[in-house]
Amino acid sequence: MASVEQDTAVRTGGISRVFIYGILLIFMLFYMMPLFVMVANSLKPLHEITGGNMMALPQVWTLEPWRQAWSAAQIGVEPTGLKPYFLNSIFMVVPAVVISTILGALNGYVLTKWSFRGDKIIFGLLLFSCFIPFQIVLIPMATVLGKLGLAGSIPGLVLVHVVYGIGFSTLYFRNYYASFPTELVRAAMIDGAGFFRIFWRIMLPVSGPIIVVTVIWQFTNIWNDFLFGASFGGRNQPMTVALNNLVQSSTGVKEYNVHFAGAILAALPTLIVYIVAGRFFVRGLMAGSVKG
Amino acid sequence: MAYQSTGVDFRTRLQDWIPKLVLSPSLAAMLIFVYGFIFFTVYLSFSSSKMLPSYDLIGFENYAKLWDLSAWWVAVVNLMIFASLYIIICTAIGLTLAILLDQKIRGEGVLRPIYLYPMALSFIVTGTAWKWIMDPGIGIENSMHLWGWTSFQFSWIKDRDMAIYTVVIAAVWQTSGFVMAMFLAGLRGIDNEILKAAQIDGASNFSLYRRIVIPMLRPAFLSAFVILAHLAVKSYDLIIALTGGGPGRATELPATFMYSYTFTRNSMGIGAASAVIMLMTIAAIMTPYLYAELKEKS
Repeated sequence: MASVEQDTAVRTGGISRVFIYGILLIFMLFYMMPLFVMVANSLKPLHEITGGNMMALPQVWTLEPWRQAWSAAQIGVEPTGLKPYFLNSIFMVVPAVVISTILGALNGYVLTKWSFRGDKIIFGLLLFSCFIPFQIVLIPMATVLGKLGLAGSIPGLVLVHVVYGIGFSTLYFRNYYASFPTELVRAAMIDGAGFFRIFWRIMLPVSGPIIVVTVIWQFTNIWNDFLFGASFGGRNQPMTVALNNLVQSSTGVKEYNVHFAGAILAALPTLIVYIVAGRFFVRGLMAGSVKG
Repeated sequence: MAYQSTGVDFRTRLQDWIPKLVLSPSLAAMLIFVYGFIFFTVYLSFSSSKMLPSYDLIGFENYAKLWDLSAWWVAVVNLMIFASLYIIICTAIGLTLAILLDQKIRGEGVLRPIYLYPMALSFIVTGTAWKWIMDPGIGIENSMHLWGWTSFQFSWIKDRDMAIYTVVIAAVWQTSGFVMAMFLAGLRGIDNEILKAAQIDGASNFSLYRRIVIPMLRPAFLSAFVILAHLAVKSYDLIIALTGGGPGRATELPATFMYSYTFTRNSMGIGAASAVIMLMTIAAIMTPYLYAELKEKS
């Protein structure tokens, strides 16, 4: 991405530039529209949605739908709002991200700097595991979590997300460490430094960017997961499942404004990460498509 | 490793084992939770499991039943419609936006993150937003009527024949910006000297792109195809949030079929068989790609 200084060979004239900006702006509106709808309608009283225009700004501005979504709306059978589920998601995401990132860093270090026979096969197996459809593991996972006594619990969800997160975190660290000069590691070995000392003193200090990329990727994926949360969450459902329950509930009046407020609440953590560290987010996406 | 033969003392031998010890928990987890579980599901797909797993084998009966079910055919046909449109439209939009953004656009730094932010959202959020936006009662149709275009109709989400296309709209909204980013990275990697040389030879802008740039983007096309195809097969959350598989069964996909047959209709054997078919589809797409990528790197 450092090629900004290059001057483009393709030159475009006045009329075609108007055309280009026109198309780019239309797509900007397309991508912004749902976010506008969510924000604008989460700040309206309900009758302005059912009896008014969804594309209009509120006439009366209110934070009531947000309060409802956060602490009063009916989720399933209880009128708890989304707050407890938001906390569930946090308690699930934090340990899962930390553990899978640490394991990924160690695995990447072993696979690149302590190579041994068969490490290519192990990496290939890990890589393929990143892309499996999780339907293939749902049934045995339900059985195993039941046997371990972890069904419907947060530690159970943490376990699931760590296990299926290792593939990507290892992939990231492996590709990053592969370009780190092995001679430095060799030299440290000759000086008598051991496995962990080299990791701690040589590898970790240069790992900043890839740690950020991995943490953002894992955080986004695990926060946004629905399938595992719906299958194994039990009473400790994460935010995505609770939001879906709120929106799909068939009883009572459909409170669209509360649904929109809830949707933004569910989107907020990953959106904030994207706004604060978008550069790293994009880098993770690109690395996730294997080609760097 | 070069130093393997240098010493035989305990410390050195321990140092030899530490890397493998460190890797082993992850390796064990992967072998059990990924490959062991795949094996288990494959086994169940040949068993008479109903509500709970059972271990007596019945051959290919579940697969035969599966391909006899009209619900499965609906899901498979829906996936083909959804996947092909999703891949084609995302690629077309992604490529167009990338080429346009590459024309020294003022404000590229603002536009790019706006195109890409939907990728940070959960499919449940996307589904919720579009569910109400496309709802004829309160959404776009209603807005158009209020703005004076009273004959405007957009009720696809309630229409059995059209509902699957609403899934395409929402999914394209979510991922096309990502495809744009992939193509943009590809475009920025092309050497400008080649383009300049072609221009001196008198190539027009259009033929420059058609003859030189787009062929050079082949790796980006391949990556985009593989990523989009595998996302399409795995699509589950978006369906649940947007249409719940309805109206009727009109937007069921294999992923939703698998879930309902396994966990709510007590036909675990059939559910397992459908999961195996999903895995085989993804393996057919991913394995050659990953294999080529790994070979290229080493």
